[in-house]
Formats: sequence, C-alpha cells, structure tokens
Amino acid sequence: MTLSWSDPKFRALIWQIIIIGAVGWGLWYLISNTSYNLEHRHIATGFAFLDRTAGIPIGEHLIAYDPAVNTYGRAIVIAILNTLNVSIVTVILVTIIGTAVGIAQLSNNWLLAKISATYVEVVRDIPVLLQLLFWYTLVQTLPVVRQSWNPVPGVFISNRGVRFPTLVWEHAHTAALLAFILGIVLTVIVRRRAKRVQDATGVRPRTWPATLGLLVVLPLVVWAVFGAPFVLDIPARRGFNFVGGGVFSPEYVALVTGLVVYTSTYAAENVRTGILAVPQGQWEAAGALGLRRGTVLRTVVLPQSLRVIIPPMTSTYLGAVKNSSLAVAIGYQDVVSIMNTILNQTGQAIEGIALVMAIYLCFSLGISLFMNWYNARIALVER
Amino acid sequence: MSATTPRAVHEIGQPRREPPPSLIAGPLAWMRTNLFNSWISTAVTLALGYIVLRLGFSFIDWGVIHAVWSVPNTPAGTPDPAACRAAHGTGACWAMIGDKYRFITFGRYPYEQQWRPLIVIFLFIGLFVVSGMRRFWRKELALIWIVTLVVIGTLMWGGILGLPYVGQDLWGGLPITLILSTFGLAIAFPLALVVALGRRSTTMPAVRLVCVLYIELIRGVPLITLLFMSSVMFPLFFPAWLPTPDKLLRAQLAIILFAGAYLAEVVRAGLQGLPKGQYEAADALGLGYWRKMIFVILPQALRLVIPPLVNTFIGFFKDTSLVLIIGIFDLLTAGKIAVAEPIWQAYATEVYIVLSVVYFLFCFSMSRYSRGLEREFRTSARR
Repeated sequence: MTLSWSDPKFRALIWQIIIIGAVGWGLWYLISNTSYNLEHRHIATGFAFLDRTAGIPIGEHLIAYDPAVNTYGRAIVIAILNTLNVSIVTVILVTIIGTAVGIAQLSNNWLLAKISATYVEVVRDIPVLLQLLFWYTLVQTLPVVRQSWNPVPGVFISNRGVRFPTLVWEHAHTAALLAFILGIVLTVIVRRRAKRVQDATGVRPRTWPATLGLLVVLPLVVWAVFGAPFVLDIPARRGFNFVGGGVFSPEYVALVTGLVVYTSTYAAENVRTGILAVPQGQWEAAGALGLRRGTVLRTVVLPQSLRVIIPPMTSTYLGAVKNSSLAVAIGYQDVVSIMNTILNQTGQAIEGIALVMAIYLCFSLGISLFMNWYNARIALVER
Repeated sequence: MSATTPRAVHEIGQPRREPPPSLIAGPLAWMRTNLFNSWISTAVTLALGYIVLRLGFSFIDWGVIHAVWSVPNTPAGTPDPAACRAAHGTGACWAMIGDKYRFITFGRYPYEQQWRPLIVIFLFIGLFVVSGMRRFWRKELALIWIVTLVVIGTLMWGGILGLPYVGQDLWGGLPITLILSTFGLAIAFPLALVVALGRRSTTMPAVRLVCVLYIELIRGVPLITLLFMSSVMFPLFFPAWLPTPDKLLRAQLAIILFAGAYLAEVVRAGLQGLPKGQYEAADALGLGYWRKMIFVILPQALRLVIPPLVNTFIGFFKDTSLVLIIGIFDLLTAGKIAVAEPIWQAYATEVYIVLSVVYFLFCFSMSRYSRGLEREFRTSARR
C-alpha cells in the first residue's frame, strides 16, 4: 500500500476511518446525551432492579410465582417461558396447517384448491394485529361460565377460556414416559439395522412388530407394573368459575389462533412453491413406477421440495415468534408485555428494552442455527 | 384422467365405443374431472360444499338480511342504538359504521377541515398508481414523489395559503397509516441502498461489519420493540437544548430504521442476482465505484427486485398498524377507539370487518400488481 490517493487500498482505508469515525461519533453523542438526561432526571441505571421484589400479578406462569415474594428477574423468566410456550405451539400448528393448506392448493379437487387459495389470499392481506383483536373480541363473546359449551365430556369452552381435564401425575407416568423414550431410541436402532440388511440383501426385514412392542407395549407394561394409576382431574362448575383441570386462558386462545391463522398462510405459500419447484418429471417417473398420487407426494416429491421449503420457512417461523410480541395488545403476558409493566414501575427504559431485544435476538439466532443445521442435514449430497 | 380407456384385446377390430360427448367436454365432464374424480374427491367436495354454503348463508343472514343499516337519532341528537341492541347476535349493526365512519377514516382531524385528509388519501392512491406504471419509471418519478409528499404535508399541516393550522396530535385514521408506510418507504429506500452496497463491499470490511450489524440487529427483533424504543428511549437520546420530537415523528423514525434493514436485504438480493459480467464490464470501461453502481448495476438490480419491493411495502403497510400499541392514531387505533364508546361497545366485530376490508383492498391490489409484474418479467427474461 502506498500513501497516495490513487491507491484504491489507501482510499478504502481512509474512507473506512471516516465512516467508522462518523458512526462512532454519532453513537457517542447519543450515549452522552442519554447519560446526561438520565442524570438530570434522576433515573437509576444498571440491572440491580432484577433482584427487587416484582409485585406484578401474572396470570399464567409455568413455574411457581408469587408477586409478593418473587423478583423482577423471576417475572422475566416467566415471561420468556410464556413467549416460548406460545411460539412453540404456534410453530407446530403452523407447520401442520400450512403444509395441509399448501398441498390442498394444488389438489385436483377444484373446490378444495379454490377455497385454500382464497383463504391464503384473504388472510395474509389483513394485518395480524387486527386479526388478533378480532379473535380476542370473538373469544370474549363466548357464553358465560354457567352456559359454557361442553362439546366433549370434561371440556368446557366459555369466555373464561378453555377448561380441560388433566392427568394426576404420578411416578408410574414418569416411568412410562421414560420407557417410551427408551422405546423410541431402540426403534431407531432397529430401523437402522433393517436398512443395513436391506442395503446388503435387498430384502427388508419386518420391523413393525418390534416398533409396536417398543412404542406401545413397553410403556404400557411399565405403567401396569407400577399399579396402572389413572386419575383425571376433571373441571367442574363452581359458582362463577371452574375448579380443577387445566386451562387455556382467553388471551392465550386468541393469540395462538390469530398467529396460527395468519402465519399458516405464509407457510402454505412456502409449501406450495416448494412442491411446484420439483420438476414435473419426478411426478411422472414415480407415476410410471406405479405409485399412487398420495404416495408419490409423500415419498418422492415432499422430501425433494423440503430443500426449497426450509429457507423461507425459517423466516416464516421467525416472523411468528416476533409477531407473538403482539400479545401485549390483547393482554397475554409475554416478554414485551411484562417488560412494559416493569418499565412503567422502575422507569428504567434502556435496560428493559435492551433486555427484550437481547431475548428476541437469542430466539432468532437459535431458530436460525437450528434451521441451518436441519437444512444442511437434508441438503442434496453431491459428489 | 382421460375419459377414454385403452381397448382390451378382444375389442380390436370391433367398432370403438366412444363415451357420450357430455362426459368428454362441457360442464358435466368438467365436474367429473374436477369435483367427483374419485370417492375421496367426492366426499371432500360434498363436505366442503356443505360447510361453505352453510357459512355463506349464515353470514348473509347476519350481515344483510337481519342487519341494521341505520338507527334514528334520540332527541338529544345522539344515535339511538335500540334497534342494534335488539338485533344483537342475529344481525350486524352497520348503523354503527354509518355513525362513525368519518371518525374511523380521519380520526380527530377538525370536522370542517376533513376534506384535506380526504384529498391526501386520493393523492397517496394516485402516487401509488403513477409509480406502478412503467411509463413513469424514470428519473422524473423521484420529482413526482417529492412534489406530492410536499403537497401532502402542506394539506395536512396547513398554516399557509389560508388553510388553518392543524397540529400532528390531531391527525388520525387512514392518512396516518398511509403517511407512516409511504414516508417510511421513501426515506428508508435511499438508506437501504447505501446499507446494501455497504454490505456487499469487498474492499471495506469495517463498513461491511457496521452494515451487517445494523441489518441483523433490526431484523432479529420485533417491530414492537423498536416502537417502544421510539416512545420511551428516543426522548433520552436528544440533547437537552433540542425540543423532543413528537410521538408520531418518533414512530416514523422507528419505522424508517426498521424498513431500512428489510429493504436493504431486498436490494442485496437484486445485487446478488445480477450476473458478475455486468460488474466486470463496468470495471473494464474504467468506471469508478459510484458511476459503476449508479449507471450500470443499480438500474438493473432494482428492476429485478421490484416485485419483492412491492411485497415488502405490503408488509410495512400492514405493520404500521402496530403503532396502536404505543397509542398513535392510525386507522386501526381509530377503529378501536370508535368501539370504545359506550353505546357502540358491543359492535367491535362490525368495525374489525370493515377495517379488514380496507386493509385487504390496499394490500390485495398491490399484491396483484406485483404478481402481474413478476409474470411479465419472467416472460421478458425468457425471450
């Protein structure tokens, strides 16, 4: 590098110094303004507030929480768990419904194809926040507890949410669950061996008896050995509310419904374009082998289209997780909602918003990493 | 499925028995292949047909037959919702919209001056239509945008040309939605160009790092956290001697920051989609970096990404509804406040349906346009 303006490297260096200097100066200016303003308005700084008693009532918490005792830190952990709860359920439902609708759009049945296409077309052009408000209004117009719907014995749908029976958990169930997990591991091993035998001899040994035994019989036997306890906690009406059983709150129901309805349209479009990206010849070749349309779709086309589907699906999932922050508009206590309350109580806006951003960045990063790993796993292995 | 079947061996030499013409062409044949192709298809058609007809009839019943279209005024001059209350649950109350439509469209803008935001709405629509016509895709378009936006600002604020001044705190409704999304796009776009070029830079790693950090940071967090940042953190950023900008301007800043990152990724896709030969050809002509970009690369790259740009704009248009959460008076907020009024409280569904239709009309026409453009580009690329 020569110290001359006609040397591109020297020029690039000078430009970089100027630009970084400008950006750095801008940041420093904002920070100095902020610290001056904070001092001037006597706003505390730092994360010490996380250890103070929260005093925020939280309706839904997956871990124990008492506003009079627990700290802001624990409230935030609960908020993260609530966001995760909504996000995971949404992502699973979106995957199932989106795939179904995406395939339905390509159906031979004219009516089914048209209805799915209309659903996608209409729902994705309406803001998700508006849809959430709409669902929340709808949930609130459900009948009161006294006249609640009882579609299945033990399940009650009312404007207080959905009540459902829960299993009274005992050691036997834990043991059965462990047996089931063990069964899954053993099934995978059996299948692998079967595949090896098939590769070597061309004949695939029968695996379904082993699968059935490992996945169904083994857990049942373990459960029976422990005395086969089966007690349901069934909700019952008491006055103006229910007692017993589990509950999905109205806010949770509205939030998950709205997010799933909205996001599944994007998932459906991803699936549809992914399937269309598989060359027509693949359909024809599989058809020539005598496979039926459903089998062709399941075993030939979908595995190939996954490679096209996964990258846009990653951003769809990310969008769903980020949109779950709209929970604040309908009063479900997720990260943004609880942090908003904390901001109002402590006045520490900068720390609070920095925490929220850090949490969402972690979610985004986690999903991206997982999807990239999955994408690499199913990528076409070329020579 | 073809309607003719291959002939069996013993039929050869016999005169071929053709199926009746109604099974090859015409509505009956169409229904046979598209609706009643197999027993599964028939079942799906019947089930879906039943559901669609039933939902359709009950919606018409609720929305048209039993709907209340107008209500009389009480002696005090306020509407009397008795008719709506009587029809509640069986019929829609469109009278509520009739009473509130001006509030929903224009917010708290002074009643006698509401012709000004009305013209603004038409100016925005005209601006979109003109920008969509290929005849106007040249340098003058930027001038048209600047002039129109200035006229819009003059109309909204007033204070000159005999128009009384109307402060930003009184703006509301559809114009706010259009302003936030359009100004957001217009200002974020140049920012996005610079950031996208910075991210693609090969000679300046420090600049690239700054651009990557900006893009990934913004894309990793929900818009709502940026809006919260604008409402609680931006006031701390400004020096004490500067008056803090009002809420609307701060939200606009947040939307610009947000839009910049997403648009930058769209532009980057265009830059990557351009063949390398274009870059090399420009280099071979001896063009410097900026001339290469302005005269060779960007005109081609931007043309390539117009359809995704329109789609991104549709996203912003829907996302501006999130300003509801920080209390800015856009279309959705106006609708929500309209139903907060005691006499109309029970008719939120009607308002949400009308708002959905408005959002849908804007987004659907834009997405139709972008799809048409995509098809056109594909055919012109193939030629």
